[in-house]
Amino acid sequence: MKVALFATCLVDTLTPSVARATATLLQRLGHEVVVPPGQSCCGQMHVNTGYRREAVPIVANHVRAFAGAEAIVAPSGSCVASIHHQQAAVARRAGEHRLADEAEELAGRTYELSQFLVDVLGVTDVGAYYPHRVTYHPTCHSLRLLKVGDRPYQLLRAVRGLELVELPGAEQCCGFGGTFAVKNADTSTAMLTDKMANVLGTHAEVCTAGDASCLMHIGGGLSRLRAGTRTVHLAEILASTEEAVTPDQQTRPAVSA
Amino acid sequence: MTATVPPKAPTFLGLPTAPRGVGHLRGDQSFPDAARGALRDGQLRANLGHATSTIRGKRAKVVDELPDWAQLREAGRALKAATMARLDDHLEELERQVTARGGVVHWARDANEANEIVTRLVQATGTSEVVKVKSMATQEIGLNEALEAAGLDVFETDLAELIVQLGEDKPSHILVPAIHKNRAEIREIFARTIPGVDPDLTDDPRQLAMAARTHLRERFLRARVAVSGANFAVAETGTLTVVESEGNGRMCLTLPETLITVMGIEKVVPTWRDLEVFLQLLPRSSTGERMNPYTSTWAGVTPGDGPQEFHLVLLDNGRTAVLADEVGREALHCIRCSACLNVCPVYERAGGHSYGSVYPGPIGAVLSPMLTGVEDNASLPFASSLCGACYDVCPVAIDIPSILVHLRAEHVEAVARDRERPTAEAVAFRGLAKVMSHPRLWHLAQRASRLGRLIARGKPTLPNALPPPVSGWTRSRDLPTPPRETFVESWVREHGS
Repeated sequence: MKVALFATCLVDTLTPSVARATATLLQRLGHEVVVPPGQSCCGQMHVNTGYRREAVPIVANHVRAFAGAEAIVAPSGSCVASIHHQQAAVARRAGEHRLADEAEELAGRTYELSQFLVDVLGVTDVGAYYPHRVTYHPTCHSLRLLKVGDRPYQLLRAVRGLELVELPGAEQCCGFGGTFAVKNADTSTAMLTDKMANVLGTHAEVCTAGDASCLMHIGGGLSRLRAGTRTVHLAEILASTEEAVTPDQQTRPAVSA
Repeated sequence: MTATVPPKAPTFLGLPTAPRGVGHLRGDQSFPDAARGALRDGQLRANLGHATSTIRGKRAKVVDELPDWAQLREAGRALKAATMARLDDHLEELERQVTARGGVVHWARDANEANEIVTRLVQATGTSEVVKVKSMATQEIGLNEALEAAGLDVFETDLAELIVQLGEDKPSHILVPAIHKNRAEIREIFARTIPGVDPDLTDDPRQLAMAARTHLRERFLRARVAVSGANFAVAETGTLTVVESEGNGRMCLTLPETLITVMGIEKVVPTWRDLEVFLQLLPRSSTGERMNPYTSTWAGVTPGDGPQEFHLVLLDNGRTAVLADEVGREALHCIRCSACLNVCPVYERAGGHSYGSVYPGPIGAVLSPMLTGVEDNASLPFASSLCGACYDVCPVAIDIPSILVHLRAEHVEAVARDRERPTAEAVAFRGLAKVMSHPRLWHLAQRASRLGRLIARGKPTLPNALPPPVSGWTRSRDLPTPPRETFVESWVREHGS
């Protein structure tokens, strides 16, 4: 299958290794990956901060960039949820009905990584090797908007060498929430502290999730505390193999960017 | 010479919202400022963490045991939506039925009118004391303060409301107003404020309940007027309903000669049969019980049985304005179960007082700004990480996250209308929107973000001390140094575009 990769603005700009891992993984599974160069952002940050009118041209750019794609995959539950639940609505509210229809149609072919792997490609064992103790944080939008359910667990359980440990209070938000993390920095930090306490309580080496934004939040907190646990995106774990695993416990993913 | 400024064209201000200067819908601090203080209160954090996790667990258990919960929830949502679509008809039917059964119906446009009506009705009875059933509507309008200002003594009879009243505190939860207090703190309040209380009072729950019981019993027996709220009002039969756990409400509803009920207009349901759905949804969602211990229903006046004078005050106080908002009107479906508070990670940490309104938590963050007009509670729609736990547990499926996002936009758009110069945030977001909708500009901006590499001076993370708004992030979290190349750049370099 020809898969168009939507890196998302945050991953593309700050953690390109996550998009690279997604591409590597899909190619290894025998699919052709294309990266439309006109892509930027889904518009979620604008919508959720109150700039829904300003989000409309961003949605239009996204629709333009991915027009004609057979399937679109993004390594982010949150951005995919915004594409599914927000893009058409903000376009329609602004009276851009054609754009809304196009966005809706595109959303029907847009998948979060774990859903694409399990539901569309029908694989749970992606042939990955990752010899680490890992805990999984089910990010809110993957969990509640996309309802990815146990798909990430199915994928992680099939990874050779990986020891999956349960995260207590897993379903509680990490406190990121986009601009919430800055506008309500104190409450966000209080939520993060409790999340980190649960993560550290598992004695996992790695905390993983399907959203680079939440991981940047949790990872930023852990890094500030000089904690030993690091954050690695689910795509990076699934892209890892015997040939491409970090030999030591560095704060870097198994696949080089 | 003075230039004449042309008068601004009159703007349509919309339907009236809850008036300022009365009631408890507005705080005196923004949410982030109030939360900053609350987050430092370790005792509060412990009390809330313990109480909300206990009640969350109880709710989950009794909801999971029902095979038809999803259908019940959908029935509740559909009933509320249908009722709101013809709210005026249902309210007029309710008025006819209550009147036919010997009650008197009063229409109160806002908090001031409602307070004035109730005060006048109480004064007409010649009594100087009022006992109260726990009620959010009367907390919302500040009825206690209004009655006290008229020289009347008001006694809250719900145990948690009593704790709040005796402690000269404010309620912090819709269902459990004293959720922020633990047993030891309650013991201290009782020991200090209840006249003639046993000096050896301990923090044993039974002892505390008995102390409150003795204190209240005397007031129930001599009360001539009671004031209540209502959970539901059935239009076709004129029946009012109060559900509760303690039985103190029933004492108030049955013993006094006069009963005055203050009810938000959204509490009406068309038929008796509709209660079937809500009386299943409410207790499981609120206290985590299959059935609440006391459900009192009454219609008008029954000669020789219970209060011989009944007044129903129908309160608007901004509700019609909420109904006019196509996205936000769903908030009127709320049955005040408080399940959304108990699952909210923001509420659990910041506590109810941080919201500044009697309606805290996720539902409060949408309801309060809509009742007052969003500019009077502008920080509340932002007091959420949009995690969606509230929507999941809401027994009538109110999409609270979507309403929060809608109100954020209403605020941003109101600010843009009212200010001559845009805010720095608006300038930034508009600029970013332009950049993000033009790939060439976007790639330039991404390249510019690499200036961060200069500030990082070869370190994997940026310095902790950065100017606002980035400081909001870097005070407690590291920010990674931007990479040398974006993913799309490297991909295009390798594969061509």
